[in-house]
Amino acid sequence: MTTDTTPTTKKSGFSIFLEELSRSNALVIFLAIITGVILGGVLVAITTAEVYAAFKISFWGGLKEAFVTAWNTYVALFTGAIGNPEKIKEAFASGDPLAIRRAINPFFESLVQTTPLIFAGLAVALGFRVGLFNIGAEGQIFMGAITGVWAGYAIQGLPPIIHIPVALFFGALGGAIWGFVPGFLKAKTGAHEVITTIMMNYIAFRLSDWLLKGPMADPNEYTPKTPWILPSAELPKLFEQPIRFHIGFFVAILMAVLVYLLLFKTTWGFEMRMVGSNPNAARYAGIKITVSTVLAMVLSGALAGLAGANEVLGLNHRLIPAFSSGYGFDSIALALLGKSHPFGVILSSLLFGFLRNGARSMQLAVGVPIDIVSILQALILAFIAAPAIIRTIYRLKAPKHAEDLVSLRSWKG
Amino acid sequence: MNTAIETNGKTVGKGIRNRARNRRIIMGVVFLAAAAFIWLVFSANLAPGAVTKYVMTPGGSTALAPDWVFTTSVYLNIIAGMLTLAGAYQIIRGFGKYTNGVLALVAGLFIFGFLSWATAGGQTNLAGLLRVMVVRSVPLTLGALSGILCERAGVVNIAIEGMMLTAAFVSTVFASLAHNLWVGLLAGVLAGGVMGVIHGVLSIKYKINQIISGTVINIFATGITSYLSSKYIQKTQFQYLNEPGMFPQIQVPLLSRIPFIGPILFSHNMYVFAMIFFVALLTFLLYKTRWGLRLRSVGEHPKAADTLGINVFRTRYMAVILGGMMAGFAGTYFSLGSSGRFDEVMTAGRGFIGLAAMIFGNWNPIGSMGAGMLFGFFDSLSVKASLLQVPLPSEFLGMAPYLATIIVLAGVVGRGQMPAADGEPYEKE
Amino acid sequence: MASALELRGITKRFPGVLANDHIDLTVEQGEIHALLGENGAGKTTLMNILYGLYRPDEGEIFINGEKKIIHSPIDAIKGGVGMVHQHFMLVPVFSVTDNVMLGEEYTKYGGVLDRERAAKRIREISDTYKLNIDPNAFIKDLPVGLQQRVEIIKLLFREADILIMDEPTAVLTPQEVDELFKIMHTLISQGKSIIFITHKLGEVLEIADRITVIRGGKVIGTTTPQESDMNDLATMMVGRDVRLEVDKEEQKAGEVVLSVKDLTVLDPRGAVAVDGISFDVRSGEVLGFAGVQGNGQTELVRALTGLLNPIDGEVRLNGEDITHASPRKVTELGTAHIPEDRQKDGLTLSFPISDNLVLNTYYLPPFSRYAWMQQKEIVRNAKELVQKFDVRTPSVFTPASSLSGGNQQKVIVAREFSRPIKLLIASQPTRGLDVGSIEYIHKQLINKRDEGCAILLVSTELDEVMQLSDRIAVIYRGKILAIVDAKTTSKAALGLLMAGITAGSEEGNKSPATPDQVSAG
Repeated sequence: MTTDTTPTTKKSGFSIFLEELSRSNALVIFLAIITGVILGGVLVAITTAEVYAAFKISFWGGLKEAFVTAWNTYVALFTGAIGNPEKIKEAFASGDPLAIRRAINPFFESLVQTTPLIFAGLAVALGFRVGLFNIGAEGQIFMGAITGVWAGYAIQGLPPIIHIPVALFFGALGGAIWGFVPGFLKAKTGAHEVITTIMMNYIAFRLSDWLLKGPMADPNEYTPKTPWILPSAELPKLFEQPIRFHIGFFVAILMAVLVYLLLFKTTWGFEMRMVGSNPNAARYAGIKITVSTVLAMVLSGALAGLAGANEVLGLNHRLIPAFSSGYGFDSIALALLGKSHPFGVILSSLLFGFLRNGARSMQLAVGVPIDIVSILQALILAFIAAPAIIRTIYRLKAPKHAEDLVSLRSWKG
Repeated sequence: MNTAIETNGKTVGKGIRNRARNRRIIMGVVFLAAAAFIWLVFSANLAPGAVTKYVMTPGGSTALAPDWVFTTSVYLNIIAGMLTLAGAYQIIRGFGKYTNGVLALVAGLFIFGFLSWATAGGQTNLAGLLRVMVVRSVPLTLGALSGILCERAGVVNIAIEGMMLTAAFVSTVFASLAHNLWVGLLAGVLAGGVMGVIHGVLSIKYKINQIISGTVINIFATGITSYLSSKYIQKTQFQYLNEPGMFPQIQVPLLSRIPFIGPILFSHNMYVFAMIFFVALLTFLLYKTRWGLRLRSVGEHPKAADTLGINVFRTRYMAVILGGMMAGFAGTYFSLGSSGRFDEVMTAGRGFIGLAAMIFGNWNPIGSMGAGMLFGFFDSLSVKASLLQVPLPSEFLGMAPYLATIIVLAGVVGRGQMPAADGEPYEKE
Repeated sequence: MASALELRGITKRFPGVLANDHIDLTVEQGEIHALLGENGAGKTTLMNILYGLYRPDEGEIFINGEKKIIHSPIDAIKGGVGMVHQHFMLVPVFSVTDNVMLGEEYTKYGGVLDRERAAKRIREISDTYKLNIDPNAFIKDLPVGLQQRVEIIKLLFREADILIMDEPTAVLTPQEVDELFKIMHTLISQGKSIIFITHKLGEVLEIADRITVIRGGKVIGTTTPQESDMNDLATMMVGRDVRLEVDKEEQKAGEVVLSVKDLTVLDPRGAVAVDGISFDVRSGEVLGFAGVQGNGQTELVRALTGLLNPIDGEVRLNGEDITHASPRKVTELGTAHIPEDRQKDGLTLSFPISDNLVLNTYYLPPFSRYAWMQQKEIVRNAKELVQKFDVRTPSVFTPASSLSGGNQQKVIVAREFSRPIKLLIASQPTRGLDVGSIEYIHKQLINKRDEGCAILLVSTELDEVMQLSDRIAVIYRGKILAIVDAKTTSKAALGLLMAGITAGSEEGNKSPATPDQVSAG
């Protein structure tokens, strides 16, 4: 259930969030994650030749081998995500700053991976709260990257303190425009946002192809690339090489807080949530549904745009054609897993950011492809969306009230 | 505001009549604008006496046809004239129920005009262009057919992409192992069916939002195929799993010898013929048989169907599984019909464009094939556009199908007829 | 010969309600048997049992003397029972033929539709019963009256002998009603039997062979048009003329608060729902709208509260023109609205009670300041109102969805009454509530009236309208047939008006009485 508990002033936002979590069945979420992880482990085991070899010798030996394989995979994933404790200990003992940075780098790299997920997850979650299915975060991310990078190299002569916010603002603006179109069409003509945002994705891809080849191409390059952004627009890194961690993470956290305040503390958020929960009652209460719809899509697009801008301003520092994030669909899982709550999105983004980063080292260490993360994501999403599956597996009692993951307006809009 | 109202409770409001009239006039203005565009932009930017030359034989074909050469300005004037007449008639009288057909014709003429203008002074291989169009339309049309099967029964299917991808992978592996394309094809179709079962269980049994269910499948399909691909078939020691071979080109006897038409339509591998067959078959099944009537009734008014003894749930399961199998068939095109191997995310969003083709084609197999052809044409054209002397970047041509879909959805030129209960889970009382 | 249909001791209980209480009903072959009763009398429940949509708790069904178990519409169809639903079960984009044969398709070559044969059969049926239906027409192009005939053909196509018609005239124009009656006569002359469910007295007397009246889930009696007249039937239907007194002091009505002139409103399909209505509501009075559901009440209320845009006429609130005002503007001018469907319009069920209590005042101080919600004030307000209006809830943070219907309605009443209001529009304020809650809400309404608020009450419960109102307007087919003084009128008189029968006409829908004709002022 999307129980929008509006907290009293006495309680902190986070405790309210926990309360909401428990009411919306934290146990189910936990079991969904666990079940997904177990199934992922099974997949790893059955795609490992050694397991079959062990089974040929004895059943129990095979089972043990399967367990060990899955275990080792997840250990590799874990150390890949937060660092190897022994190496960290060694590095601190040696006192060599570079060694220390190398040892703790996995943890910070996970945060780097988490950052765009938070932005994109917030974008989708905000839409869900207003009853909109923004499936086009991908295109909005692209547009945010384009406008962000443009502001990064084309606007010159600004000090970082101004240039960085300006570049981020442009990134948000690009995404916002891409969100505005479907929002406007939805509000005015009822065109369903799922299809229009998908179409906007492809328009964004083509547009960026053209921009990178033409108007925004770096004249010094033979392949389509934008120029490097100016150093004044780069999101500052907090540590020296090789740690890429930059302030984007904090911007993302800030955005989550702002979205939380917007949704749960302001009249605009009240209106948007009411439009999402019961548009009829919203009309009865004198709320302009069209305004809330457009506003929500614009803000959702802006958040997705920030995800794109964050990547180019914080990491790549230029835009190349292969800039394909894949966050667009991931963000749907993130928002749903986070129960469309900004703080929930942070947690689910952290989960998948760490998984994603850990999976890269895992791929190198034990040869399990990084795509295991997508599989986990799909499984967990399915279990969260259909809690009845989890309840059946674990023989849990049915909840008192109907569980409704998101209250989306009908397909016809 | 003082509308005269007859007072027997049946009067239709003036507003509703206005809407129909406004739509008629907007459409007419669109036609006139197209004509004006041809005169003001195309004709005006034409070297005097420029000639358009269309090559009518695709490269490599032996069914030779003479080139088609004409003075560009003459043809442009004729086209613009026809569009003006159509626009004027539309504004004054209206084409009524033929409006959409006329719209398609106008769009076709306009595109032809554009192409002729862009070719002026040079040459374009029209036959090659159209041949590529047909090829590119195959996965889109088949994907759209998958969508039609599901949505006509009231289940939204945005998982076409994931279903296709899964089938592409499975068919590759099975065809490679069995050294038999048909085994691969069958395996792919079944894999699509399995994905359909998952979509059905999630959205019909557990009643989770059908879009979320589709998203689950898309993410899962991307993950599992990429996982297995990088674990096995991308590795050298498993190379043999990624060598399925390809369905051969079939030259239809006699028909393929027809100049121009032959190479465009009758010289392809079996997928093109299968597409035409399935479009015809599905049209027949949907509109002419008991099966189709029941399927459509479930998508339009499940409660009415239920009161007449039709099992809504069973019908929907069947539709989604068949839809999955159709998407599976479409997926095998990528591996067995187009590239002869599996690559990660090789479907590259074609499933979503198939969905757009379905909407564009008004949830109708023939209409969807038309939309698939249109999208395929732009796809084909955007490749060739770099060769044309057009001041318009090829990427913008590539955007055209998506823009058109948005315009259709927004109802600017008339809204399509979506199944009335599409996307709504059915609850028995 | 056995009766076509016999129901013996049918009993159906819903939680808290005895919908059918040992109902016996016998329908002879070749008769039109009218089932007459007010809304909620149990007619529809009974017919849903007969059609297999509900299962009875007790009782038996006999068709042609044979005991039948009917557990689904399929069983009913097999038993020769068919139903014309009030909301047609037709697919608009299908042709008549396709709609009729759906589920019982004529096929050839093992599955290909034989539309020609089905169309031929439909034409035959159409000719036999003079239905005049083109099998190739599309439902969406047919007027409602013809759509209804397609529903009848659906039953005849399945060779139903007992036809249930649930309020078949509700959606028809007078001319269409006349034609339907002709068709019904043709049907019985061919040996069919018809159960005609209605609450319209005039129609019953015109068409029925026998009449069974039910009230409160019980059969009150069976009679014939020859043995009874309209007054008898009205009394049987609505009960003795006993007034349940609500403590209500005599009060002099004050200034005109709401003034409505020639208001015309279209329903979403574009048909005229409210047809040139004029009336005034004064401060300190309750104007009750009596009428059978679907006669334009919903659209009237939605137009007055800004949720529907009228196409003609004028609405003034304390002199200010609010004809085309937004819902918010109407609210801000001091209108309270208790909506007809509390869960759909009145509450956001997933929100806590505290938020629902500020659903239309959240943007005003003290609940918000500079767009910032003042949670402390919202909670304080909620605690105060929950206590004052006796809302039974564990906490003000409980989502509205977990409250009972009565408590949900109290939340709405509390919210609407907590503002300074000049006009209260209450639509079906007690629908579906328990007796205690009904009394409570009634008392609150009267208190508001005594404070000088103008109240417009819309209810399909005649008792409620009579108890609460000072004046009663009877609405029929979007027009006000009369506005009468609540003290001097009788239930039977109102019952006749609700059926569209005015003093001057038998049919009632030809010459509506002028408003304020019998006004008490």
